[in-house]
Amino acid sequence: MNIHEYQAKAILRQFGVPVPDGHVCYNSASAREWAKRLGDGPWVVKAQIHAGGRGKGGGVKLARTPDEVRNVSREMLGMILRTHQTGPEGKLVTRVLVENSCNIARELYVSLVVDRATSKVAVMASTEGGMDIEEVAASTPEKIFTETIDPLVGLTSFQCRNIAFNLGLTGKVAAKAVSLLQGLYKTFIACDCSMLEINPLVATVEESLICLDAKFGFDDNAVFRHPKLSDMRDYDEEDPNEIEASQHDLSYVSLTGNIGCLVNGAGLAMATMDIIKHYSGDPANFLDVGGGATIERVTEAFKLILSDKNVKGILVNIFGGIMKCDVIATGVIEAAKQVSLQVPLVVRLEGTNVEIGKKMLAESGLNIVAADGMADAAQKIVQAVKGANQ
Amino acid sequence: MSIMIDKNTKVITQGITGATGLFHAQGARDYGTQMVGGVTPGKGGTTIDGFPVFDTVKEAIEKTGATASVIYVPPPFAADSIMEAVDAGIELVCCITEGIPVLDMVKVKHFMQGKKSRLVGPNCPGVITPGECKIGIMPGYIHKAGKVGVVSRSGTLTYEAVWQLTCLGLGQSTCVGIGGDPVNGTNHLDVLRMFEEDPNTDAVIMIGEIGGSSEEEGAYFVKEYMTKPVAAYIAGITAPPGKRMGHAGAIISGGKGTATEKVAILQECGISVAASPAEMAQALLKIYKP
Repeated sequence: MNIHEYQAKAILRQFGVPVPDGHVCYNSASAREWAKRLGDGPWVVKAQIHAGGRGKGGGVKLARTPDEVRNVSREMLGMILRTHQTGPEGKLVTRVLVENSCNIARELYVSLVVDRATSKVAVMASTEGGMDIEEVAASTPEKIFTETIDPLVGLTSFQCRNIAFNLGLTGKVAAKAVSLLQGLYKTFIACDCSMLEINPLVATVEESLICLDAKFGFDDNAVFRHPKLSDMRDYDEEDPNEIEASQHDLSYVSLTGNIGCLVNGAGLAMATMDIIKHYSGDPANFLDVGGGATIERVTEAFKLILSDKNVKGILVNIFGGIMKCDVIATGVIEAAKQVSLQVPLVVRLEGTNVEIGKKMLAESGLNIVAADGMADAAQKIVQAVKGANQ
Repeated sequence: MSIMIDKNTKVITQGITGATGLFHAQGARDYGTQMVGGVTPGKGGTTIDGFPVFDTVKEAIEKTGATASVIYVPPPFAADSIMEAVDAGIELVCCITEGIPVLDMVKVKHFMQGKKSRLVGPNCPGVITPGECKIGIMPGYIHKAGKVGVVSRSGTLTYEAVWQLTCLGLGQSTCVGIGGDPVNGTNHLDVLRMFEEDPNTDAVIMIGEIGGSSEEEGAYFVKEYMTKPVAAYIAGITAPPGKRMGHAGAIISGGKGTATEKVAILQECGISVAASPAEMAQALLKIYKP
């Protein structure tokens, strides 16, 4: 789950981490009012969408008077913002963050992540704030400093000082870095984050440290512990099919191809996408129906796949395992009837009672092509979709 | 011989009175596994379908002589169950539960330091030594006793590989599902090392997917130390970056952990990488003559 920048900053503020004073606004008149209330300016107006690279796309602007805040906000609200992360379709801006600007002396980078290699939380910091950290890691890895955190002890003061001195911070600012970093770690643990990124972290001319941007990644497995965080979810920012899928406990990711996939198991679902590509087809989605492929779940999965207008054929790949193939076949047949399927459907079943399952599919009177094995299934659906296009 | 488990392994089920726990305990017993009981706090002293139920793992071990535990406890409580089993000193803990918060697993890993237990999973299908012992949710009948070891992050993809082997008449020594979570107990390298040392394993199929670096670490071990042939398949060539593909650990982040990158490293390390998931067994046969 992702949240907006203004929400991220509100969370940080609660944990005593310094962020600029600001307020989210839904119209330009309120943006002007809030600017006046916040201080003397200048102010920064920032479009609130779930994507990075907003500055380059015209989604971050400086305003020197309240009227200018209003004018800039008016331009931003309702615009389609395109950045390298939104794709060419862009995202509609419905809210802006108006906040006080600051006198930047240096831009730094800091993030916390769960480091898979050590099974611990790690802090990463870099002098190259405002840059894409992946590029820094690739080109100048010596500019990234890492401290691994003992889960029992937490982030110690000396580790924070190590980071501060590595970043070239001194005196009062170094001391401020210790409490800021510890505040970030406290936030990370309290909110069950998988990632927390401050880019840039700014050292000001007045010798203070402040988080100019903030990005949270929350652990989906821990959302149950944080009902308040779920309230921050902005459904407008997410793929409608992926929202629909999550409501039916289906694991779904939309892709750009034309062959819909319905598979049990995450690994097999990925492998099914790959084998379609291997035979020069193009998968339309990742979809894992999970262990229990019941009629209801399979029906919902079919509906979801077919709601993508690009889909010209569907491949069902189920390794029955504990589930019996005749039960799965019943599910597929029922679902295909309920959604009155029009596109070619190739079904590959394996597992207990596979012969009964295949017989049921053949006798269903529906246009279902049975396949033997993954390679056969992939070739058949790729062929069927190509045929339909000619 | 085999790795981790064999016909002498005695298994308890944590969460045995839940529908999933009981179902799979029965399935394992039907397969021939020595399922000696279970644990559900508060239900100690009762029995369920012939299985004695205990309040604690410690008591269950004392009364049954169990050497392995399998966990079907719901995600909010599963980390605690793992630590209870580890604290009781059991040799092997298989955690099937999917959806454990990652920071809970960070604590578990820290708790396990210096303890003798091995954790497999979480979010995994379990471990099976065909014909001897099945711990977990995999369908027993697709397996056949033999000499190929299988290690994988994915459940159904393991079944796929096993089924390809069995159809070609190639049996398996032990199949280990290490699970799809970013922080887990056992990685590819651990299992490859055990297969290398196991006299009954002649060759290995390792199955990986996008995210993390478990496959790469395994591959470097294969290159440096392994004498047995290893074939592999990596899922997720078509997976877009930044999207979690079902498994919590299956995500390309910061441009790292792509399938293409993993395949290249595996090939450099002398591993026969299958071009498609339908060719896992064939990829092994290219470098292994049974």
